[in-house]
Amino acid sequence: MDVVSQLQRQFLDFTTSLYREGFLDDQFVQLQKLQDESNPEFVIEVVSLFFEDSEKLLNNLSTALQQHIVDYKQVDALVHQFKGSSSSIGAQRVKNVCVSFRNYCEEKNVEGCFRCLQQVKHEYHLVKSRLDALFKASPLVAGATNIGSWWVSPYDSIIGIDAAEIRESPKIYICIFVTFGLAN
Amino acid sequence: MAISTESEFHVLAVDDSIIDRKLIERLLKTSSYQVTTVDSGSKALQFLGFHEDEESNQNRPSVSPMIHREVQVNLIITDYCMPGMTGYDLLKKIKESSSLRNIPVVIMSSENVPSRINRCLEEGAEEFFLKPVRLSDVNKLKPHMMKAKAKDHQEPAKQGPEGSETPEIQSVQPQQTPAQSSNKRKAMEEGISQERTRPRYSGLAVI
Repeated sequence: MDVVSQLQRQFLDFTTSLYREGFLDDQFVQLQKLQDESNPEFVIEVVSLFFEDSEKLLNNLSTALQQHIVDYKQVDALVHQFKGSSSSIGAQRVKNVCVSFRNYCEEKNVEGCFRCLQQVKHEYHLVKSRLDALFKASPLVAGATNIGSWWVSPYDSIIGIDAAEIRESPKIYICIFVTFGLAN
Repeated sequence: MAISTESEFHVLAVDDSIIDRKLIERLLKTSSYQVTTVDSGSKALQFLGFHEDEESNQNRPSVSPMIHREVQVNLIITDYCMPGMTGYDLLKKIKESSSLRNIPVVIMSSENVPSRINRCLEEGAEEFFLKPVRLSDVNKLKPHMMKAKAKDHQEPAKQGPEGSETPEIQSVQPQQTPAQSSNKRKAMEEGISQERTRPRYSGLAVI
């Protein structure tokens, strides 16, 4: 049981850090709430769509900014899209860079835009690697504890589990019920 | 305490973002609605069987009555910012169409622009949701669909291409809870609904 507790603890720490460090916001919690037995892969599906969409957007943005005469309307439209999709999955830091990015577009500030492009790529890769890790780890943790589905809230880090599981394994439930403060 | 099963409500969701389409579909399905998603306003109109000449020529019968009966849409929820036809454009087209105007329309947008919101509500949108849309937003849809259904049941004749410009005096249903349906009504409804008449005082004291 000890190894399992450690694993859960690490998983818990990892996921709460994602919220605390602003990689994810409450929208990611909302996504998890929409996942259930009838749609067990919902979060992964949406996030995968986000990854695919983002790669295309980033490529298009690079191309658009490399044009001799930059079409800021087009760049802005792409950033607007990226802002929307990142917001929809709760990728807060990516979204925030998009907000600044749009301001530079409005100012037609090509250097500012370039900087933002680098920044948004960076933030995107950061959140992508973390989400990839999250998806890899959660079935392992779930498997180790015979718990069907996991989700984490940033507010008090309660992990949502089947009520039946809680009754059967109260020890596990207690060890993962930890309270953290609100992120930022 | 609705007896009717929610699955009889069919929502058409319009959004150019594949991620948002997936999200709204899930939100709607979680609420037990039937869902169709399309990625543009023009595809939405196509799905609805909309034809440009419907609105201009009242005499010509609806060109695709079959399509109307088969695909019953109880609510349209659309993104505002879309390439080509915006959600606002789509809203306008729907409200201008004699056969589609009774379908409640909801707009979604990632941007909180009051003038935009007002414009949509004035054009006849029932609600304006800020993205990302949540379950609590989707919960607000049912009353609009139920109201539209009740309206349809009361006046089946109105669905034909009759004078769409006649004021809603004909639909004198007891408006039980005007407050509940919120202040998002069209101006003309408010102008003539009886229960809203207030005693008018001329300001002159009667001695």
